[in-house]
Amino acid sequence: MDNKKERSYLDTVHRDGRIWGFSLLAALFLFPVVLSLVFSVVPDWGALAKGALAVAPMYWAVGIIEVITYVPMLGAGGAYLSFVTGNISNLKLPCAIDAMETAGVKANSEEGEIISTVSIAVSSIVTTVIVILGVILIIPLSPVLESPVLEPAFAQMLPALFGGLGVVFISKNVKLAIAPVILMLALFISIPALNSGTVGIMVPVGVVFTLIVARIMYKKGII
Amino acid sequence: MEFRVNHPIIFIMVGLIIAAVIAQSIFFLLRALKRAKAIGMDKEVLKRTMIKSAIFTIAPAISIVVGVIALSHSLGIPLPWLRLSVIGSLSYEMIAAERALEAFGLNFTEAITDPQVYVTVVWVMTFGIAAGLIFAPLFGKKIQNGMDKIEKSDKKWREIFSNAMFLGMISAFLGFVFCDVANVFKGDTSGLIPVVVFAFSAVIMALCGFCSIKLKQRWMNDYALPISLICGMAIAIPVTAWLG
Repeated sequence: MDNKKERSYLDTVHRDGRIWGFSLLAALFLFPVVLSLVFSVVPDWGALAKGALAVAPMYWAVGIIEVITYVPMLGAGGAYLSFVTGNISNLKLPCAIDAMETAGVKANSEEGEIISTVSIAVSSIVTTVIVILGVILIIPLSPVLESPVLEPAFAQMLPALFGGLGVVFISKNVKLAIAPVILMLALFISIPALNSGTVGIMVPVGVVFTLIVARIMYKKGII
Repeated sequence: MEFRVNHPIIFIMVGLIIAAVIAQSIFFLLRALKRAKAIGMDKEVLKRTMIKSAIFTIAPAISIVVGVIALSHSLGIPLPWLRLSVIGSLSYEMIAAERALEAFGLNFTEAITDPQVYVTVVWVMTFGIAAGLIFAPLFGKKIQNGMDKIEKSDKKWREIFSNAMFLGMISAFLGFVFCDVANVFKGDTSGLIPVVVFAFSAVIMALCGFCSIKLKQRWMNDYALPISLICGMAIAIPVTAWLG
């Protein structure tokens, strides 16, 4: 009996996610249009085409892969929020994963969907508010945040984040973790082109590879 | 109207869009909380989830402010404020803006004064990084339904499946932490900095888990991730001075 209810909650999340997503998308594209009207200029079409061609093919490919990779991990509500507010792999997803882990709920259950949505919504609100405060206080803050003393702390945020997250997940799934960890270490150490700029592309590779390994190990009864 | 990168009108427009973004988060938050109540989830768990998510977010959010400051020298404040509050991460937005400026033969060193350049940069940034926002609402439901089908048939596999996805992501970032290690053989020890930070953060996380069980301090487990994140970022300062 609960099944029907669950479906209807998820259905409304999907419906509202679409409405919000497309409305915000429209607002984002309206922004340059209104800028043009306000300052009475048209964009330089040649430069626009050149700039767009330089970034769009790669970012659109990455964007599509990100949707396929992250939607199942984020859950429905979490995904609709995350693809608007961004910073998924370095903030929203770790936040949601950790929230589900400490709450003791499974990612694919309805409880997981709710905890993930709550966690990502709160994280998005806090991020947006902190950035607003940063913008208001930008003059006094700039010398502090741009100081060479603090620079390494921000430069090393990802290792600091994934050290904590990694130890939890790897220790809980040691057998399953071995193959992907070895593969990724080998790839990143041996291929110089793999660095902070390309780690995003390697996430789907890691995910697909780990799923295949997991399926084989599951079928063989190892996990 | 005369153009400035920090024109009040641009601030107002950006402020309106960001207000809508906050409204979306509040909307989904309230919806999820209502649903949680309806299915009888523990209020305490929800409260803890909200507090710990907020605390965890502080440090990464400040690093986003650092990104806004970095981009503001050339793009003014409102545009980076918008781009980094919506979708973008610093590395993506920086490259998009750079490519657009390059098309004009300009670079990042000084503030844009020509409105045409500004509008073009906005278009390139908006269009270049819109894919996720277009495809998530388009295919989100299909992807989720597909997942449900794979998983519905087998409960145990369902659990392994989501663990495997998280592990896949974590392993990619683990590889990234070690990406410059080989430079040690060329006498450059800076590649070890992320490794030391990663290891230190992992140790702090493990300590938090250990203490929460031994000392029966539940909060240590709840806040272990933000604690290890902050400790890792803090240790990066002396470690960088040492190995950099």
